Amino acid sequence: MATTTATAAIPAPAVAQPKTGLWSWITTVDHKRIGILYFWTSLSFFLIAGLEALLVRTQLIRPDNHFLSANWYNQLFTMHAVTMIFLALMPLMAAFFNYVVPLQIGARDVAFPRLNALSYWIYLFGGLFLTIPIFLGKMPDGGWFNYANLSEPAFSPGLNIDFYVLGLQILGLSSIISSINFIVTIINMRAPGMRLMRMAPFTWMTLITAVMMATAMAVLTIALTELMFDRFFGAAFFDVSRGGDPVLWQHLFWIFGHPEVYILILPIFGIISEVIPTFSRKPLFGYNVVIFSGILIGWLGWGVWSHHMFAVGLGPIADSFFAVSTMLIAIPTGIKIFNWLATLWGGSIRFTTAMMFATAFIATFTIGGISGVMHAAAPADLQQTDTYFVVAHIHYVFFGGTVMGLFAGIYYWFPKMFGRFLDERLGQAHFWLTFIGMNITFFPMHFLGLLGMPRRTFTYADGLGFDTMNLIATLGSYLIGLATLILAYNVVRSARAGKRAPANPWGAAMLEWAMPSPPPEYNFATIPVVRSRMPLWEGSNVLAEGIPHGREMEDTEEVTFAGAKLGKVSYPDDENIMSADDLGIHLPPPSVLPILLALALSLFFASFLGSHWLSLAAVICVALLVFAFAFEPGHSGH
Amino acid sequence: MDSAARAADPAHLDTSTGLDSRKMAFWTFIGSECLLFGSLIATYMAYKGASVTGPCPHTTLLWNGQQCPGILDIPLTSISTFDLLMSSLMMVLGLAAVQRGNQKRAAIWLGMTAFLGAIFLGFQSYEFTTFWHEGLTLQTNLFGTTFYTLTGFHGAHVFVGVIYMTVLAVLAWRGKLGPEKSLNVEIGGLYWHFVDVIWVVIFPLVYLIP
Repeated sequence: MATTTATAAIPAPAVAQPKTGLWSWITTVDHKRIGILYFWTSLSFFLIAGLEALLVRTQLIRPDNHFLSANWYNQLFTMHAVTMIFLALMPLMAAFFNYVVPLQIGARDVAFPRLNALSYWIYLFGGLFLTIPIFLGKMPDGGWFNYANLSEPAFSPGLNIDFYVLGLQILGLSSIISSINFIVTIINMRAPGMRLMRMAPFTWMTLITAVMMATAMAVLTIALTELMFDRFFGAAFFDVSRGGDPVLWQHLFWIFGHPEVYILILPIFGIISEVIPTFSRKPLFGYNVVIFSGILIGWLGWGVWSHHMFAVGLGPIADSFFAVSTMLIAIPTGIKIFNWLATLWGGSIRFTTAMMFATAFIATFTIGGISGVMHAAAPADLQQTDTYFVVAHIHYVFFGGTVMGLFAGIYYWFPKMFGRFLDERLGQAHFWLTFIGMNITFFPMHFLGLLGMPRRTFTYADGLGFDTMNLIATLGSYLIGLATLILAYNVVRSARAGKRAPANPWGAAMLEWAMPSPPPEYNFATIPVVRSRMPLWEGSNVLAEGIPHGREMEDTEEVTFAGAKLGKVSYPDDENIMSADDLGIHLPPPSVLPILLALALSLFFASFLGSHWLSLAAVICVALLVFAFAFEPGHSGH
Repeated sequence: MDSAARAADPAHLDTSTGLDSRKMAFWTFIGSECLLFGSLIATYMAYKGASVTGPCPHTTLLWNGQQCPGILDIPLTSISTFDLLMSSLMMVLGLAAVQRGNQKRAAIWLGMTAFLGAIFLGFQSYEFTTFWHEGLTLQTNLFGTTFYTLTGFHGAHVFVGVIYMTVLAVLAWRGKLGPEKSLNVEIGGLYWHFVDVIWVVIFPLVYLIP
């Protein structure tokens, strides 16, 4: 029979080969690769921002120190905050948004893959633009809030503030584009059966965060534009001699700035709400309440901005309003904390590194939350404003909250992202050094603040009672530095040579664990149908066969660091992974336009430091590239 | 775009809400733009009457009791406002023509939209140069700063819209904007109407209310 020979000629399904090479990364529109790009870039900026903090702490190690000049000190504490917030923490969250959210909702990619790549490249170029002044010694030096009228050309004539204004404009663009993308992705790209109230808590918090970003960033854009007009075109927005009011900057900045605080913490609430149920082997206690209190936090977060401005003198009515609204936010936040505690209660707890960070987060974040309520009392806040008490508060919230939560997320999702575990022993060392170090560093600052030590002052006189606690704080910061080096080593080493991870190493319940680690480029071979909030914990067989317990993991080959093949992560289940073509799945083709458009947009803002002709050229480039973007074959267009 | 490529594009897959992803993204973008213009309008309102020197929008007294001559030409701007509102009508007719599959007619309406938008920009250029000759620049006083920034920002949006509508008109004229592409025109219409609505807010706040 002739037909049998014909069928034999049909090739067997090819094993998917991951695309490699620099060009494949530059042109990628795959949300997972973009997530990995965000991951490495933001970790690099995290190290830079941490180094800046260590320099600041070293300056404060003893009274009348001259390790740094006042000028350098101003630049470094400003850049520490700006780098941490805009270049390290928000993008590290974006790494998880990108990698995890499409998997959690059962999608093949985000709604607009090229816009997603565009957001990343704008972020990278904005970050590089903000790195230039480090080498010029002209870093922004007005604090991350950059108050007018200190930031006006009359008082800050140098390039320093120019870099701040233009750099943040670029980064704001990236945030707005990516938040629009994620709002649409989460609302519109869910798998069948994935109702809103079945979505994973992390996806929910991402959605709320994205809504806040899309709106708050627009306000920052205008605040920056007004300052930009003042600095570059001689406008009068914040010029007191022409009637301008510096308090307007404070309002606009904090209308952005306080939602920004929740932008930095809500995704962490999502991460914690994933990690704690997984390692307690219990569903999240009060899922509905956790989600709705997240929405409430996002909503109230818009009505509290003036608690940053109690010392301005807005009058008793405004102060009372913002004091009460700020205290109200403690209610939904407290609800979440009790939900996490109730999830732990009676659970079968496994203390992996991710879980240790998550439980420590509850404690340290609560300390930051309580001092936050103290600030909400306007009369007390007048005593605390501009002292180290505020520094202690924000570091308990950002380090004890955001950073600890992000560390939990890194240990939790690293096996999914790289197909390999982070080393748990190094992880334990990282955890304990971080946890002890952060408390040694930031707890004494409460006392320093109450003793009256002002923040943002480059040194202090001897004999004021500040010496010992500053020394302790600085030593603690070195512990954090050591811990972060361990993390960096662990991440780099484990990405190449860590223990291999199976599809669901933690026995977690959400959809992202249904695929091999790392997932194939098309994510799901067939789009799943979702029937419950915890798709992988459905049915009695899951409970019967048990979820891996203790610290044992699926045993795979032992790979040594020296013997590892550089830069290659092999797929543990690669014989099961077919290529997209064999499955008949069409993925959007790679595109070089995102990086080009990002470059042109960044050049447009950078060109304000150069000539108007450069700006014009950049605008023409942007226009042409937008055209090419809209009409590129294989992508959505006009 | 061939059918395989269309299927490859996630924006064309069936969505959870049934609403096209691009349209939803555009609504979200408009939400973001509302905060953008909201901040600018709030700045204008906060600084209303706070200028230290003239010229002023309406004839008022300055802080030192001096007469400050009003500079805004309300009849002229009423004409350009009417012109911009009529452009929204053209937009509606253009979209309807695309949905009916009448591409030549659609090209005319969309072209008219762009043309009326361009006339609005002409009015604005005339207004700006007149004010400049009367001594109002971006640097003169808070009114100049906030007025030029707010209306200039809006003008820049109209400018982008004029290019947008011109492209759509050319596509329709070439017969590349069939009824199956009407969503593209609808999204363009969302943008155009939004820019119009913003002007409907700006015009009374800046021009009509003294």
